[in-house]
Amino acid sequence: MKLSLVGWILGVAALAWAVTTSEAIVQPETRSDGRVVVTYWEKWSDFEFEAMRKVVEKYNNSQDKIFVKILSVPGIANKTLLATSGGIPPDLAGLYGPNVAQYAYNNAVMPLDDFANEAGMNRDDYIHQYYDICTYRGKLWALPTTPANTALHYNRDMLKDAGWDPDNPPTTIEELTELDKLIFKKEGAAITKMGFLPTEPGWWPWAWGPIFGGKLWNGVDKITMDDPQIIEGYTWMGSFAKQYGSGTVSSFQEGFGTFNSPQNPFMDNKLAMVLQGVWMANFIEKQNPDLNWSATVFPYPANHPEMAGSTLLDLDILVIPTGAKHPKEAFEFLKYLQTQEAMEMLCLGQKKHSPLANVSDGFLENHPNPNIRLFQEMAYSKNTLATPKTPIWAQWGDEIRTATQSINNGSKTPEQALLDVQNKMQPLLDKVLRHERALGIEPRSEDMAE
Amino acid sequence: MSKPKLTSQTRAGLLFAAPWFIGFSVFLFFPLVKAFYNSFTEYTILTPPVWIGLENYSDLMKDELFWKSLGNSFYYALLAIPIGTVVAISLALLLNQKVKGQAFYRTFFFLPSLVPVVPLAILWLWIFNGESGILNAFIEPVFGFKPNWLGDVTLAKNVLIVMSTWGVGNAMVIYLAGLQQVPVALYEAADLDGAPAYLKTWKITLPLLSPVIMFNVVMSIIGSLQVFAQPYIMFPGGAPERSTYFFSVYIYDTAFRDNRMGYASAMGWIMFILILALTLFAVKFMDKRVHYESS
Repeated sequence: MKLSLVGWILGVAALAWAVTTSEAIVQPETRSDGRVVVTYWEKWSDFEFEAMRKVVEKYNNSQDKIFVKILSVPGIANKTLLATSGGIPPDLAGLYGPNVAQYAYNNAVMPLDDFANEAGMNRDDYIHQYYDICTYRGKLWALPTTPANTALHYNRDMLKDAGWDPDNPPTTIEELTELDKLIFKKEGAAITKMGFLPTEPGWWPWAWGPIFGGKLWNGVDKITMDDPQIIEGYTWMGSFAKQYGSGTVSSFQEGFGTFNSPQNPFMDNKLAMVLQGVWMANFIEKQNPDLNWSATVFPYPANHPEMAGSTLLDLDILVIPTGAKHPKEAFEFLKYLQTQEAMEMLCLGQKKHSPLANVSDGFLENHPNPNIRLFQEMAYSKNTLATPKTPIWAQWGDEIRTATQSINNGSKTPEQALLDVQNKMQPLLDKVLRHERALGIEPRSEDMAE
Repeated sequence: MSKPKLTSQTRAGLLFAAPWFIGFSVFLFFPLVKAFYNSFTEYTILTPPVWIGLENYSDLMKDELFWKSLGNSFYYALLAIPIGTVVAISLALLLNQKVKGQAFYRTFFFLPSLVPVVPLAILWLWIFNGESGILNAFIEPVFGFKPNWLGDVTLAKNVLIVMSTWGVGNAMVIYLAGLQQVPVALYEAADLDGAPAYLKTWKITLPLLSPVIMFNVVMSIIGSLQVFAQPYIMFPGGAPERSTYFFSVYIYDTAFRDNRMGYASAMGWIMFILILALTLFAVKFMDKRVHYESS
C-alpha cells in the first residue's frame, strides 16, 4: 500500500509535469535535420487555407534553415490569447485586423518595428490603408496576409425585371432606396423579394454611420455616436423595417439560408443587391455559377457627395505572439510572405487583390475574380472605412449591433439607441486611456483617415 | 494490533479520494480563490492584475447589461424549473405504469437528453424558424399567422424555456428510480380503502417522492442559472436586443471577448453567491415539506 501511494504521487507529479511542460509536445523545437520549427496557426480552412499552405510549402522548399508548420485553428483569436497567457503560444498567428489594438494593448503580441526596419520594410511598400490597420500607438504589431474590401453586388436580371438598366446601377443611396421599392414584392403577408436590406448579411452594423460621413469617434479619446451624420445613417438603415414592418422583414430574413449555401438570398434571387466583399465572387461561383451579377461602387447619400466611393476595409493579419519561441525565424517567414511573388501567390489562391503597393504585370489580367480591378482601385479610395483602432472595439461593435436591433424593432429611436451606446462605451474608453497613461503611453490619433 | 490496520485503511481511503481532492483543488478551489482575488483587480490576462478595490463591484451595480442579463437568467430559471419539474414527474409517473413496451417508452423519452447540445440547438433553430419552421407549419393553418419565434423580443427567451423541457430525461430517470422506492403496501392499503388514482398520487406518491424532488429542484436551480450553450449558439449577442443575453454569456464575453478578467471574476463571484444563497434557501424551505421514508 505504501509503495502504491508513492507510485500514485509520482504518477500525479509526472502528469502535472507533462501538462506544464507540454510545449515540448505541442512545439518541437527543431527537426531531426536541424531546421528550426516555426509553428503557425491560421484561421482559414478549405481553399483559403490551401492557398496559404502552398506558400508555406514553397517557403519550406526554398531554404533549409527554417521549417514552418501550418495548422488550421478555428476560434483563432481566443486560442491564441489563451495559449499566449499559458506561455505556449505559436510562433505565428493569423488573426483579424480589428484584433490589433486589443492584442497590442494586452501585451499579447510583439512589436515588429525593429524586425521591419532591419528588413527595410515600410509603409510605402503597402496600400497605406491596409498597413495602417497593422499599427497601434505608433508601433507596428502585425503584417498583412490578404486584404478585403466591399462593393455593391447586384443581380442584373432582377434589375432588368424591375425596369432598371443593369448597366447603370444606383449611384446614390436615394436611388438604391427607390430601386428597392421597385423590386419589392409581397405575397399575402410575406415578402418574397427585396431590392436591398441593410441587415443582410449584417456583418458590419457599425458601417451605416460612416457611410453617411459620420465619425464613430474623434480617433483619440471621445466617442461620437451622437454625430448627426451617424444618426442619419441609422435612420436610413431603420427605414426599411419601419416601412415594411419589422416583423415582416425579419420573417423574410429567417427564410434565408446560411451565407455559404445556394439559399443565400442574393444567390437565390430573393435579394437584388447586397453590400459584400471581394470574396463574394468565389461563393457565387461555387453556389450559383449561373447568377447574372455585377459589382459596383457602393452608393453615397445624395446630400453628402463627398462620401462617394466608400468601401469597408478589412485585413487578415499575421502576428508574433508574446513569448513565441522563435520570433526571429517567424519573421523570416513573414518577410518572405511580404514579397510580391509570395503575396500574389496567396492572394490569387484566395482570389483577392494584393495589399502591396506594387502588383506585377499580369496579376490583375490573369486574376480569376472578374471585378478585381474595382476592388483594387477602391482600396485607394479616400473614403475607405475601417473599424476604430481601440482595445474596446469588440464590445463597442456588439453594442452597435444591439442598437441596430433596437432601431429596426422600433423599440428605440436611432438617437436614443446611439446615445445608449455612447454612454456605455465612453467610460470604458476612458478606462483604457487611464490605464495607458499609467504606463506612459499618451493617446494619439488612431483615426484611419490620417 | 488494530492500529496499523486502521492507518492502512485510512491510507487506502485517502488514496482513492486523492484524484478527487487533487482535481477539486486544482480545477475548482484554486480558481475560485484566484477569481475572488482577481475580482478586486483590473486584469487583462497577459499583464499582472492591478488592485482596484471594489471598483468592479461598484461598476457592476451601475451596469445596465449586468441587471438585464441577470434578469434574463432569473426569468429563465423561474419558468424552466417549475415546468421542467412538472414535465419530468408527469413523465415518470406515466412511465411507471405497467404497460406493454414499458422499457421502450422509457428509452424513447430518455433519448432526447443524450443529444449533444450543438446539434440540438441547430435543430431547434429549424423547428422555430419563423418562415419555414415545422412549428409554424402547424400554427399557420390554424391561427392564420406565423409567430416570429426567434426574432421577437418577448418570444425568443421563451423558446429557450420550451427547449429546456427537451432535457428532462435525466431528471425523469431519477424520479423513476425514486418511484421504485415507494412501498407497494401503501398503495395496497389505499386500494382497500377505495382511494382514487389522483388521491394515491397526491397523498402517497408525491410525499414519498419529495426528497427526490428536492434534489432535482436544487440541481436545476444550479443548472438553469448557469445556462450557457443553447443561448450562446442560438442567439449570437443575445439577439434580439439582448432579450436572450444570459448572465453566464455576459461573463464569458467579458472574460474572453473583452479580456476583462477582473470584471468577469466579480460577476462570477456574484453568481456563485446568488446560487449558493438560493440553494440554501431552497433546502431550508423544502426541509419542512420533505418526507423521508424513515421518519
